[in-house]
Amino acid sequence: MSVETKTEQAPAPVETVTLSIDGIEVTVPKGTLAIRAAEQIGIAIPRFCDHPLLDPAGACRQCLVEVPDAGNGRGFPKPQASCTLEVAAGMQINTQRTSEVAAKSQRGMLELLLINHPLDCPICDKGGECPLQNQALSSGGGESRYEGVKRTFPKPVPISAQILLDRERCVLCARCTRFSEQIAGDPFISLVERGALQQVGRYAEEPYDSYFSGNVVQICPVGALTSAAYRFQSRPFDLVSTDVTCEGCASGCQLRTDHRHGVIRRRLAANAPQINEEWNCDKGRFAFVSGRGDDRITTPMVRVDGELQPASWPEAIDAAVAGLSAAGRNVGVITGGRVTMEDGYAYAKFARAVLGTNNVDYRSRPYGADESAFLITEVAGRTLDAASTVTYSALEAAERVILVGFEPEEESPMVFLRLRKAVRKRGLTVVAIAPLLSNGNRKLNATVVATAPGGETAAITELELTSSDVILVGERAGLVSGALEAVVTKATAAGARFAWIPRRAAERGAIEAGCLPGLLPGARAVSNVAARVDVATHWGVDSLPPLEGLDAASMLAAAATGEIEALLIGGVELSDFADAEAARASVDAARFVISLETRHSEVTERADVVFPVSLLEEHSGTFMNWEHRTGRVNKVVRQTRAPMTDLRVLAALADAMEKPLGFRSEAQARAEFIELGTGEQRVELKALRPRSQPLRSSHGEQHEGVSAKLATWRMLLDGGRSQDGEPALAATAKPSVAKVNPAMAQQVGVSDGDVLEISNGDSWFRLPVQICKDMADATVWVPMNSPGTPLSELGVVYGDAVTVDHGGEE
Amino acid sequence: MSGHEFTSYFPESGSVDMTDTSTNIDETTLTELRELASRYPQARSALMPMLHLVQSVDGRISPAGIKACAEILGITAAQVSGVATFYTMYRRTPAGQHHIGVCTTALCAVMGGDILLEKVSEKLGIEPDQTTPDGKFSLERIECNAACDFAPVLMVNWEFMDNMTPEKAEQLLDDLAADREVSSTRGATITSWREAERVLAGFPDGRADEGPSAGGASLLGKKIADDKGWAAPKGGLN
Amino acid sequence: MTDTLTPVLSANWGTESSWKLESYRASGGYQALAKALKMTPDEVTGVVKDSGLRGRGGAGFPTGMKWSFVPKDNPNPKYLVVNGDESEPGTCKDMPLLLASPHTLVEGMIISSYAIGCHTAFVYIRGEVLHIHRRVQAAVAEAYEAGLLGKDILGSGYDLDIIVHAGAGAYICGEETALLDSLEGRRGQPRLRPPFPAVAGLYASPTVINNVESISSVPSIIANGAEWFSSMGTEKSKGFTIYSLSGHVANPGQFEAPLGITLRELLDLAGGIRAGHELKFWTPGGSSTPILTAEHLDVPLDYEGMAGAGTMLGTKALQIFDETTSVVRTTLRWLEFYKHESCGKCTPCREGNWWLVQILRKIEAGTAEAGDVDKLLDVADNVGGKSFCALADGAVACVTSAVRHFRAEFEAGTTTPAWEAFPYERSALFATSESKEVRA
Repeated sequence: MSVETKTEQAPAPVETVTLSIDGIEVTVPKGTLAIRAAEQIGIAIPRFCDHPLLDPAGACRQCLVEVPDAGNGRGFPKPQASCTLEVAAGMQINTQRTSEVAAKSQRGMLELLLINHPLDCPICDKGGECPLQNQALSSGGGESRYEGVKRTFPKPVPISAQILLDRERCVLCARCTRFSEQIAGDPFISLVERGALQQVGRYAEEPYDSYFSGNVVQICPVGALTSAAYRFQSRPFDLVSTDVTCEGCASGCQLRTDHRHGVIRRRLAANAPQINEEWNCDKGRFAFVSGRGDDRITTPMVRVDGELQPASWPEAIDAAVAGLSAAGRNVGVITGGRVTMEDGYAYAKFARAVLGTNNVDYRSRPYGADESAFLITEVAGRTLDAASTVTYSALEAAERVILVGFEPEEESPMVFLRLRKAVRKRGLTVVAIAPLLSNGNRKLNATVVATAPGGETAAITELELTSSDVILVGERAGLVSGALEAVVTKATAAGARFAWIPRRAAERGAIEAGCLPGLLPGARAVSNVAARVDVATHWGVDSLPPLEGLDAASMLAAAATGEIEALLIGGVELSDFADAEAARASVDAARFVISLETRHSEVTERADVVFPVSLLEEHSGTFMNWEHRTGRVNKVVRQTRAPMTDLRVLAALADAMEKPLGFRSEAQARAEFIELGTGEQRVELKALRPRSQPLRSSHGEQHEGVSAKLATWRMLLDGGRSQDGEPALAATAKPSVAKVNPAMAQQVGVSDGDVLEISNGDSWFRLPVQICKDMADATVWVPMNSPGTPLSELGVVYGDAVTVDHGGEE
Repeated sequence: MSGHEFTSYFPESGSVDMTDTSTNIDETTLTELRELASRYPQARSALMPMLHLVQSVDGRISPAGIKACAEILGITAAQVSGVATFYTMYRRTPAGQHHIGVCTTALCAVMGGDILLEKVSEKLGIEPDQTTPDGKFSLERIECNAACDFAPVLMVNWEFMDNMTPEKAEQLLDDLAADREVSSTRGATITSWREAERVLAGFPDGRADEGPSAGGASLLGKKIADDKGWAAPKGGLN
Repeated sequence: MTDTLTPVLSANWGTESSWKLESYRASGGYQALAKALKMTPDEVTGVVKDSGLRGRGGAGFPTGMKWSFVPKDNPNPKYLVVNGDESEPGTCKDMPLLLASPHTLVEGMIISSYAIGCHTAFVYIRGEVLHIHRRVQAAVAEAYEAGLLGKDILGSGYDLDIIVHAGAGAYICGEETALLDSLEGRRGQPRLRPPFPAVAGLYASPTVINNVESISSVPSIIANGAEWFSSMGTEKSKGFTIYSLSGHVANPGQFEAPLGITLRELLDLAGGIRAGHELKFWTPGGSSTPILTAEHLDVPLDYEGMAGAGTMLGTKALQIFDETTSVVRTTLRWLEFYKHESCGKCTPCREGNWWLVQILRKIEAGTAEAGDVDKLLDVADNVGGKSFCALADGAVACVTSAVRHFRAEFEAGTTTPAWEAFPYERSALFATSESKEVRA
């Protein structure tokens, strides 16, 4: 691993000013707003429109303070809004604590805010955690003198399938509209009308379908914005909160999960300035109910006479051990993209120390032949504090960021928000090597280097880099021959930094845990003898298998031929592989299959033994995000319907095989993993060569149509199973369309809105077409796993040749 | 009577009328909208003139007009809607051929504007913010229109009809109803509300030279000065 | 001693085709431009500064000083924006100026733009004045044809474009930062200051925003010199300006006079209060300036005189009301105006005007309760000085000044409808036999 650490740089001196607030001296950086300066010394000034991450508005006027001296010996004749007032040296500020002018202003403002408020707190979701309610009590007058009529509107108005607006409760602070415009770049809501009629509105035909829409519910200081998902679900004071790390992607968002009576009611963005600041995406916020359906597995099952039958734990363990023992070392272990680092470590150790094989891989997704070497040499073992490591803060400070095979808004939304912040605040330049300029990248003012799939390597080679550049590489780049190596070569030569940003939450941790056929836990290459000895010693086993194992696709292929006799699969959807049909055929053909799953799936229905495992919310453990930052996964729900974690099941199997795993709890696994530490032996990229080919069926003759390169990626909201059960969320997903450039459209003979047929030669599907200027030639883009886009059923991946044709009228 | 009725329930607010999706916007209009966008250093500045043009074509801010502006300017329809609903000259429902405005801000109201509005409303058979069934007239209670020295103020298609009285209003409405030629006291021959909106959008109608230089009240001080021989001191160019 | 009236801006009003370039030139038009283009921009600014010209749109900020705030080292384009959103109740001076002599403004804009280094200038005119737009559009077109706009103006090498922009009905757009948002195609809501427009205004570039009358005064100042201008007016309120008399006077109209004239003098010129009536109350500069009464007839109508009387010169829009007028009714109607025109951005203006109107309606209807007048004042106090911009301060000024001078009339609202105490038809200019219907 890299042992370099960030050189201690003396921070640039910050110019400060000293002022007094309520007679208390405070020194703050120049440019600080008075309301923030007051916070520094524990003085809370009531506020509604103020939000530290939004541009100041000064709209609600709740935070008025008296300023008898602006620092120049003269005071302001009028009370000042402390949320827009920059402090100055020698300034004197008197808040409501010491100034009757400020206190009366604030009382008066609250009275004004409440005259048209419905005071429906008893039936309002916000009641109990409502800044209006709280501040009315702390700073208000107690009784209203208003005897007039209240302003009323029809209510509530759905501004999207997920978000509902109750205009009567709104205090017009414009946090939601400012968030949408400034932070997310989705101004589908706006203030409309004016004066006493002013309200938040959207255009009827353009719903507020933003990936970040849930944030407006969270930052609304009243109950005007609610979500379909949480509306009327609970009272805040009945909820129990737990800090968790989001499993939705590799952004690593820190969230707060609230549950009541053992059922999670909602998730909120936590305050994590270094990671997600105070935001998260709607997938992370709303997609947590997928494990609540009827398909949850709650008892072990064993196949008897061709039928899966419920079984006792001892029966299932006996059956599993029998199957595994019969297979000997010819076993493959495949884990998914959402296991914790501790569970991953358990799988990795189980494969090697218990089963005696390096056949372990977490990559249940398309990947290229180059990827594994890149992951072993350039990703594994990196640390958060290394100088070469890219972090959110580094993105915010960067001069230029180059995106390769990576769509931030779709694939790592917090990276998107941080890039957008830097674009907006600092004028960051973003360049995307991509087939087209996506909507997300448009919001980053990105320049697109229109590159047909496969052309990335050449495009990277042509880049002129400087040491201040940052390259962000997505997992799709691994499908392009030479692209990853080109990134490493170019960046190294220029002294630029790069980061690999996978899509799924467990990817980074799984690598560290050793869930790759060529990689032992702690970034130790299997090919390295010393590393194997290290780990074997630590684990107390005689030796570890010396040869690099089979990767996931090769395991499946080998299972189909009988070369692999048993598969142990945890947390995997077969349709996530490049070729779903081939994957199904392989699992069908495997002699013995053990599945560790939360819900019935295509794996469980093919398995011989099924072990129920707990949902992530019933788990504790660790995720590692793309920055290499660890985040805790805390157990939220204790009354689980399936109390065994993956790790605990594996420990039981190991015990039964009389080769104890050495731990039975996440805490023990983590302790052992930390003690094992990271290997010291660095491997060069060029020293590792791939030895496997992706599992792919061959396709038939190209049929009628025009040949095109397939460009595709997953949308944030798509057909993934982890998003099941949340219809309002699904309704805010982007509609599935196929995109081609005008030349391609002309060649095929389609215009906007026509139907395009995309075929692998054997099978096809159809989507409405959208013609996209500035898109690479001879390329068709479709979403990867959205409704109506079963790419893995066609067995085609990014960069493959497909044919496109006019699909007739929709 | 207090003039403005106090309203507190707003069932239809927040949007233009989405139930009427009719439009006359064609390629010519789109070309003109783009032309307006090109007149400004930053295209979005043209939004207000563009919305005036939409009104001149569709008689109101139509859903199609909102979408056309949004597409040309590269902003969201919600942002256009936010602007269209902010300004009172942008209408949610079709204006009449002639749009009558009666000022009832304090001074005009006191000096007879309230009475005028009542009379006009009675004569046309519609309340403020309504349009006659034949589409001939729409009526609006307007705020101060910068003609206070000619109070009470009545506007036809945003042309001044100074020093209005109930009798003059009656005659005016009769003439307009009968399509007789009517001239503004300080403006041109009355055309139509839509034609007026087109001028406001920035497409002149060639009538700038019609009408007087100034109204009587505007000239009062100057006349007195001339009579008395009063003038500013002699200066460099005088 | 200057004459009582000093027509400069209005000197050519009423002349044959006064709005045409030819006519404007015949009265000396565009000579100041030729003179200015031979000066350096800083010299032009210097003359305007020395003249003591203060903004005629209401705030009275020194015009030359405003220009000098434009940072010279800012790489962005500089913009001049002329505020022609004349909407303050009572204010009616810019519209006749633009109708009769739009070239005065165009010439002023060219000179002012030259002074601040601007190459694209805008004139934002409220939308509800069709013929004004025609005249200004035509004047700008004439100026382009005559080489007074466009490239290389009068062979000076100086380039300028003028864009005529129509508003669409929003009093708040007279507030300069709201005007900028409006001109950028947004909702006309005021912006935070700082940054001030001189540093970051239109398109976040340095921008000078001046009233129509202010910019129109510039050609005469350049032509005749700073001393000429400052020889008129009072010590701190230099020059001439247009006073607009409206309401219950015998002859309402526009009077261009040196600053410091009194209402008594103006009323004399206007033939006094309408026959058989007497002055009750008046506004010095639009409805946002606290009202005055007959006791203030001799206070000089300049910035200092009005400040001394607890009010403001504002737009010099003198609205005159006689003894038939209910001050309660008038105040309510002004407040309804502010409620209608509040942009909605800040709480006190949006909610305060909504509330004040309701209290005033009860007082007008004679259904107020004891303590309502105090409540009215206290709510006004919770609004005044607390809002984002000055709109609500103007609304509050109406209320507090009216109660200060006529509290008994408001207190009477607990027993007597205003229309009984002051039958409304008596205030109207024309008799009506159906007055009871009017108040229904």
